[in-house]
Amino acid sequence: MSLTRSDVEAIARLARLEITAAELPVYADSLSKILSFVEQLNSAQTASTEPMAHPLAGELQRLRPDAVTETDQREKFQRNAPLVVAGLYVVPKVIE
Amino acid sequence: MTLHTRSVAELAAGLAHKEFSAVELAEHFLARIDAANGALNAFVTVTAERALAQARRADAARAAGRAGPLTGVPIAHKDLFCTDGVRTSCGSRMLDNFVAPYDATVVERLDAAGTVSLGKTNMDEFAMGSSNETSYYGPVRNPWDPRCVPGGSSGGSAAAVAARLAPAATGTDTGGSIRQPAALVGVSGIKPTYGRVSRYGLVAFASSLDQAGVLAPAAADCALLLAAMAGFDPRDSTSVDRPVPDYVAELGAPLRGVRIGVLEEFLGPGLEAATGALVTAAIAELGRQGAEVVAVSCPNLPLSVPTYYVVAPAECSSNLSRFDGVRFGHRCREPRDLTDLYTRSRGEGFGPEVKRRIMTGTYVLSAGYFDAYYLKAQKVRTLISDDFKRAFGRVDLLVGPTSPTPAFAIGAKVDDPITMYLNDIYTIGANLAGLPAMSVPCGFVGQLPVGLQLIAPHFGESRLLAAAHAYQLATDFHRRLPAAYA
Repeated sequence: MSLTRSDVEAIARLARLEITAAELPVYADSLSKILSFVEQLNSAQTASTEPMAHPLAGELQRLRPDAVTETDQREKFQRNAPLVVAGLYVVPKVIE
Repeated sequence: MTLHTRSVAELAAGLAHKEFSAVELAEHFLARIDAANGALNAFVTVTAERALAQARRADAARAAGRAGPLTGVPIAHKDLFCTDGVRTSCGSRMLDNFVAPYDATVVERLDAAGTVSLGKTNMDEFAMGSSNETSYYGPVRNPWDPRCVPGGSSGGSAAAVAARLAPAATGTDTGGSIRQPAALVGVSGIKPTYGRVSRYGLVAFASSLDQAGVLAPAAADCALLLAAMAGFDPRDSTSVDRPVPDYVAELGAPLRGVRIGVLEEFLGPGLEAATGALVTAAIAELGRQGAEVVAVSCPNLPLSVPTYYVVAPAECSSNLSRFDGVRFGHRCREPRDLTDLYTRSRGEGFGPEVKRRIMTGTYVLSAGYFDAYYLKAQKVRTLISDDFKRAFGRVDLLVGPTSPTPAFAIGAKVDDPITMYLNDIYTIGANLAGLPAMSVPCGFVGQLPVGLQLIAPHFGESRLLAAAHAYQLATDFHRRLPAAYA
């Protein structure tokens, strides 16, 4: 599997990652190597195999009761925010 | 006072017998960090004042007759565990300014057990790496040879314990990130069963693989710490609600009659000869102590690295989508619009290896490729897991090397991701299957340590620790210190 620069640009766009023009060929090369490497998975016979998403198949993930367990800590949490005005997270204008 | 040459168990005994106070112990290790961290870069944050305050509380608790087995024992936390009020960077520029607003359950439990946290240890960025070279804060150096890597991603924790800047340190293991660095710096490290230790408050990398554990000089130390860390946590939906055995009491279980399987797939061509010879000798020692040693095959295990490099990046690309420059983490300057805010904040905040993994994951999850890569890898994961199940039908433990070579030179593998990824060829299987596994020191190639890996069935930590402990009663590799830090 070989990825082109434009493939990498498309993936980077999907992943919301800025990649510089100089980095494009570097990622095209290393991502192609990784995809070629993982192609050996095709050697495994999996026609009748179930996919595994969780390492402890027998253990069901629990649901918790729909009850309030957290207290309001907005100010504490917002101390990590890049930009807050009047208790609101501020981002560039979204709707023109 | 040579306090640092003692194991966690020995330090705990010293505290109990009032040979020294928790404050004296904390001061001793803080002084060692002060002297050595410039050279090793094992810590990214040292919390001296907090440590001394915790130590004073530990001494007060002991004076009041309220001390537990770990009261006053200093430890360090990998900088991926959230620590309330202390920066939790995850080795990334993205979280360079992030002060965690809460404690991880592991941190909370170890605090409650009376441990004294010295600080936060360096790591590969977002735990993605096998050499600690992807950290935003620069590489950690191996205490045995500063030209070499300490392994990764828990490289700072490993180096800190190896150089005895801390008696023990927490780590996380997604594909070998506790065991491989433990092996490369000559300490013991355990990755428990998936679900045994809460993941609440760990910065997530690959949620179906991540598991928290601990690195310390001896297996007995790991037992002491794991006892405090393990157990059900309603705040982690994958935490398992089962009683925690008494790991310390069960350390004495003999090896006689224990069936140990030597994984044929781990002794093949990829294994360096001198490393292989030490591992073979270690297995022979287990046999001398009465274990019944047989050969075992897990034919799909060689596919564990390609399986992992589909599953882990896929989960990472989802998990790391939360870093958007809005609520916390790095934000680019003067974003033009929201898309620019996302892409530049992420482009600037993440390093090259993290970007590579996010893009790999984005690709294998994208429309048209999902079945060919992600679903296929999930099916092969089932095959690998079934191989282990069959093997554990015949044996109680599996053994093999932890890593194919001893520590390699800083810079030697950074240009080729595949070569770097193959470092984890022996460790990834346990993560894919959710099995508990540990690495213990089993000798040296030149001056560089080598690790023996033991793998147990789900929730088999007691047997794992007991076997490692029996091995360590007959050997002294885990007691050796690098000359510069003796």
